[in-house]
Formats: sequence, C-alpha cells, structure tokens
Amino acid sequence: MVTARWGNDAAASIDGYLASGGYEGLRKALAMSPGDVTEEVKASGLRGRGGAGFPTGVKWSFIPKDTGKPIYLACNADEGEPGTFKDRELMERDPHQLIEGIAIASYAVGCHRAFIYLRGEFLEAGRTVERAVREAYERGYLGRGIAGSGFDLDLVVHRGAGSYECGEETALLESLEGKRGQPRLRPPFPAVAGLYGSPTVINNVETLSTVPHILARGASWYAGMGTEKSTGTKVFSVSGKVERPGNYEVPMGTPARVVIEELAGGIPGGRGLKAWTPGGSSTPFLTAAHIDVALDFESVAEAGSLLGTGAVIVLDEDDCVVDAALRWTQFYAHESCGKCTPCREGTWWMTKVLHRMEHGDGRLDDIETMLDVGDNILFKSLCALGDGAVSPIASSIKHFRDEYVEHVRAGGCPKKERSRVAAATPRTAGAEGFTIPLDRVLP
Amino acid sequence: MGVLSDELRAKADELIARYPSSRSAMLPLLYLVQAQEGHVSREGMREVGEILGVTTAEVEAVATFYTMFKRRDCGAWLVSVCTNVSCAVVGAREVYERAREVLGDDAPSMTADGLFTLEEVECLGACDAAPVVQVNYCSYDRVTPDGVGEIIEALRAGEPPAPARGPKPVPHAETARILAGLGDPRD
Repeated sequence: MVTARWGNDAAASIDGYLASGGYEGLRKALAMSPGDVTEEVKASGLRGRGGAGFPTGVKWSFIPKDTGKPIYLACNADEGEPGTFKDRELMERDPHQLIEGIAIASYAVGCHRAFIYLRGEFLEAGRTVERAVREAYERGYLGRGIAGSGFDLDLVVHRGAGSYECGEETALLESLEGKRGQPRLRPPFPAVAGLYGSPTVINNVETLSTVPHILARGASWYAGMGTEKSTGTKVFSVSGKVERPGNYEVPMGTPARVVIEELAGGIPGGRGLKAWTPGGSSTPFLTAAHIDVALDFESVAEAGSLLGTGAVIVLDEDDCVVDAALRWTQFYAHESCGKCTPCREGTWWMTKVLHRMEHGDGRLDDIETMLDVGDNILFKSLCALGDGAVSPIASSIKHFRDEYVEHVRAGGCPKKERSRVAAATPRTAGAEGFTIPLDRVLP
Repeated sequence: MGVLSDELRAKADELIARYPSSRSAMLPLLYLVQAQEGHVSREGMREVGEILGVTTAEVEAVATFYTMFKRRDCGAWLVSVCTNVSCAVVGAREVYERAREVLGDDAPSMTADGLFTLEEVECLGACDAAPVVQVNYCSYDRVTPDGVGEIIEALRAGEPPAPARGPKPVPHAETARILAGLGDPRD
C-alpha cells in the first residue's frame, strides 16, 4: 500500500503521482466534513507508526477547535531509531503521498500551517520532499484553496541538526521553536498545548503516508487487513545479518519468520539466528524461540517486547550480544538530552560497566548492578529515551545471562573472530568539546 | 561589519518569515552562520541572537546541543561513518579505522590541508545498505574498507563519487546553505 509506488520512479514527481491515483484521497476528504474525515480514520483502526502505536484518529479528535488559537500539525520525519529506514525511503520514493496525508490530516483537525520536521542528515529525502512541496504549491495542492476547495494550507520543511531526541514529540516541538531538543513535562499534551502553546497534532511519516489510502479506499477496506487490534499494513525495516536487508510492507500480524526468513532471505552462510529486535534498539531483544511471533502490537508485547518502529535487526550466533548492548548503550548515552537525571547518569554508568565487562574487567555482580541501574531509569524520566536504553541490556541479560557470565569468567569477550561492534570514539553525553574519553574515566 | 554577508542576512529574513515565531528560525540561521564561516563561531552565535532577539547564551545552548553544528573548523568533506549495530555487525568498525588510517590522526578534527573531517556517527537510516558512509550527508552504500579509501581518494582529486541516491555532494559550507532551507543548487 504505502510502498506500492516504489517500483515507479516517476511517482516521485507530481505528474507521475497524479497518474497513479495520487491526491484522490485528498479530493474525497475535502468533499467530506472534517469531523467525518477524523471518524473515517478512527474507524480504520490506524495506529501511529512512529513507535508508540496510539490510534491516529483518536489523536486527531483530541484537538480542541474552539480555543481561538491556531492549530498546528507537525510531521515527525526525524527518523533516528537505530535500524529504522522506512520513513527515509517513503520520503525519497513517494513524497507526494506524505504531502497528501499531511493535507488530509490538516483538513481534519483545522490546521492551516503544517511543518515537516525532517532529520538533517537526510539530505536526499529533504531534497525530494522540498521539490515535491514546490510542485504541490505550483499545482494547487498546497497554498490557498487547495485542490479547488476553500481550504488553505501552508507547509514548511524544517530540518533538524543532529539529535535523536528530537524524534520524541515534545522535544521535536521544542526544537521547532528554536530551542534545545529536550522533552516537556506532560500534561499538558501537545493536542492541547503544543507548538507555541497551541493545539498541535504530531504524526509520523508512515502514519501520514497511510492516510490517503484510507480516504481513497475506505476505512473498512483498510481494517480488513492485519489483525483486529492492529489493522492495516506495516513497513518492516530489516537489517543486520540477513541475505536481503530492506523495507518490507506486510499485513500486521505477519509472522517474524516470514519477514526474516522468506522476505529478507534468512541468515547468510547457514548460521543460526541468535537475537533480533522487532522495532529497533529501544525494543527488547527476542530470540530464535520467538521466530513465529506475529508482528503486531499485541503479539509482540505478549512475547515480551514492543513493535516499536518495525526495525527488525538480526544478529546471528557469531555476534556478541554484550558488545551489541554496549554499542546501543553508548548510543543512548550520547543521545540522552541530559534533562532528566536517571537517563543522563544511568546511561553513562551502564556504558562504563558494560565496557569493562566486554574488555575483561567485569565482575559477576555487574550483571545485578546493571539491572539495578536499569530499574532506576525505567519510567523515571520525562520521555522514553531512558526506557529504551534499558531494553538492550535488560533483555540480553534475560535471554543470554550465560554470555555475560562467560565474559566475566573468560576475562572479556570470548568471540575473538566476530565483527567488533563497540564504538571507537567516545559516545558520551554532551556537546563536542565536553566529551570525556572513555579510557580516562575507566579503571 | 556582521558575520553574515548581505546576501545571507537578507536570506535570514526570508527564513524567519516562514515561521509564526522568529525564534523558530534558530536552526536555519545557525546553518547560515556555518555556510558563511565553515563552522559556528561565537561571533556568529551573537549575531543570530541579535537577529532573533535572544541572548548569546541562549543561542550557544542551542548550537552546542546539535551534532551537525560544528564549533570548530570542519573539512570541506565531512566523512561520517555509521558504527551503530546494523552497520557494525557487517564491518563498520573496519571502515572507520581504515578511514582514520588513510586520513591520519588529525582527521577527527580536521586534516592539515583543510579537506577532511572524519566522524563516527549514529544510525543514518540506511541500514539495508550497511555499512553506510556519508560525505556531507550524501550516502554511500555497502562501503568496504577499500571502498572508503577510494571515496577519499576521489574527493582528494576533486571528483566526488556519485552517491547511492541523488546528486554528488557539495563542500561542507555549501551544504549548510541547503540545510538552512535555501534550496538545493544541485537541482
């Protein structure tokens, strides 16, 4: 559905998009009342594709219409969850699908000024989206009276400047207001007091790219795909140790085995599957025992993880989970915005403990220490970054405790022939010039 | 005499006009400073503060938060090697180390000829093409240690190789103009 035009290079331009049925969903929406558009999306069961899975239509219905303040929409295109590359490809290959989704959502909530907060490092996606926005203005799909209606909509492409945290919706708003990308205390929620204190909807690229299809073909058509509670399709970004890494769009509820083994071609060289994430580094590892888990919000949660962004990262039996957990913990320590103490300090200390374990100075009680630090981070910060940081360590200890013990007994990582994973340069919290090389603080 | 040229100062006003509140143009204006100076200097931050009506300290707080704003001189070609897990398990560390070897120990700040800055970065969102290397934010797919050497060689010869998608990279300061939102001269 959202990847249907990927074989058609012409679809990235407006003529190709229109020729393949583009902007039909918007025309249908504009002929309906805004409230009916929201109801249609609610009825489709669409849930946010940015990781949290909140029902999209319900989110839109939270926007108060009578505050006298302008209403804003921000598209979250700050894709940065390790292993995730669906939004970038959606923008590079089908930018008008996203613009159409933004226009429909804006009409539904009564927004006349929308923003795409686009990750700075996505230079090519930015170029494609900016060109598409220009075309949409020229052809009357943005600007005054879009698509021949009486509805006005302006759309600004705003680039980020390198910060994973800005993918968190309130940090995104702070960044869009020209501040450090740090999360806000909720409530109030963005729907009530978001950008400049105004009611604001924030939706992910894949979510908004889905909306035109729901309008064009109907909520019941969409809800007919997937499972009862996780409707529709999902794009899974498969990477790591597979034959054919890539983005694969399948109905929600497709077994992981189909995605990993059939679509992505399984693990090269006949090696065994060791661990995989269903939705990026922030979602707990699952193992070979979970290969038949259905990929939908409920089934993955039941298996002890989270669907997240749908970033399936595959490790094989040659990979060291301690090393992978260390690399991701370095990532979280680097990207922690520093606002909340448990996350800022906890990710830093977990990095140090994991580092000494991987490098031969670990102690058996380090395992309990890390679980304890993890407990002190989990659900104790303003946003989910810290919670995500606990996932790789806690889940790898849960499934592979023996491997941690082996690291202590063997005096370091026993897998000498594997690819090394941990970062070479310090990935500590803080800006350039304030980083402390790891070897200066480690015993 | 300000930091921004007359041309970029005029562009700053255009960028500010895109937003309901001028401060929202903070990141675009910092990119303009980077386009002008090659990095974000204290004088540049003070000028952004004057334009937006906020203190230099507030601008500095923002500029130091984001990794794409360089506080010191940056080479014409910023080589970014992703070493997050999806890239690392297929050899990204070796790619980074080769680049470091080829470019020398100054590379993490800037090579003496001013041509290169090398950085190890987090996930660049192209994990199907791991290991991923970017040059001024243009992506190269499935880069091997030898491959990163060839990319560097071509850049040294003044001939940036074609990236996996889109047009060839332009030097770092020019890239900052694109990131500010001034449009892409490569179109």
